[in-house]
Amino acid sequence: MALGPHAVFIIAAWAVTVGVVAAMIAWVMLDYRRQLRILADLEQRGITRRSAATSSAPAEEPA
Amino acid sequence: MALIDFANPTRFLRFVDRILPWLVAATAVAFAFGLSEAVLAPDDYQQGATVKIMFLHVPAAWLGMACWAMMSVAALGTLIWRHPLADVAAKAAAPLGAAFTFICLVTGSLWGRPMWGTYWVWDARLTSMLVLLIMYLGLLALWRSVEDPTRAGRAAAILTLVGAINLPIIKFSVDWWNTLHAGSSFSMSGSAIDSSILLPLLAMAVAFILLFITLHFGAMRNEILRRRVRSLRLLQAQTAAGT
Repeated sequence: MALGPHAVFIIAAWAVTVGVVAAMIAWVMLDYRRQLRILADLEQRGITRRSAATSSAPAEEPA
Repeated sequence: MALIDFANPTRFLRFVDRILPWLVAATAVAFAFGLSEAVLAPDDYQQGATVKIMFLHVPAAWLGMACWAMMSVAALGTLIWRHPLADVAAKAAAPLGAAFTFICLVTGSLWGRPMWGTYWVWDARLTSMLVLLIMYLGLLALWRSVEDPTRAGRAAAILTLVGAINLPIIKFSVDWWNTLHAGSSFSMSGSAIDSSILLPLLAMAVAFILLFITLHFGAMRNEILRRRVRSLRLLQAQTAAGT
């Protein structure tokens, strides 16, 4: 694949896009693991949601 | 399952857990097809190989704007219907919209240097797109500065609706003002783009849209969990203060 005289601009554009998309994916995945870890830690210390403690299928609740 | 059923965050989390693996697979397949089409696409008769930048720039621009439009609908959900997930959806979408707008501006700039002879001009389309990025950053700052998520959500919803004025300005800037940026290649009568370029462009657009949906669902799940952590920490603090 020949990119011609402007190859540096094309490669830079694709590199920036790959970098930003990779950062977005990493942010979502790492944040998920972090929140799960904190929730597990709180649960281990006996701090749980009342709805989770009383029912496996809770009713309406705030986000 | 009706839309109202997703008002329950626990039910929504179960739905996301079920659908996310399928979305990841669909996104991967769409990118495999889109990237192969983009690599094999012929050079444009005017732009040469720099047309390959358009396969990133155009979908990113569409998503940057579509994300704000979606956040505006979510803002109405927050202010009018007080849907519990509307604010979560808007907050989770904002960093993604900012990232796609950033990609649009950087790739456009890298295309502009060889084609226009400059990285940047204070053209109506470019400037209004930069304003969109600044508004995204402002929203993110607002969410960070107000601790209570409900209060932050309402303030952000108002700002989002005010900012929605910018969307038609971006869209019609090339018609209303004399700009360096090209006009729209799509109209009611069809596309002005040759099919050899149009197919990779649309394939990459579908891949980017699926990526956005996947990341948005993931980010919404994270936001719901973050709010649960906050509630539990408040509960922990209240318990500690009471004993």
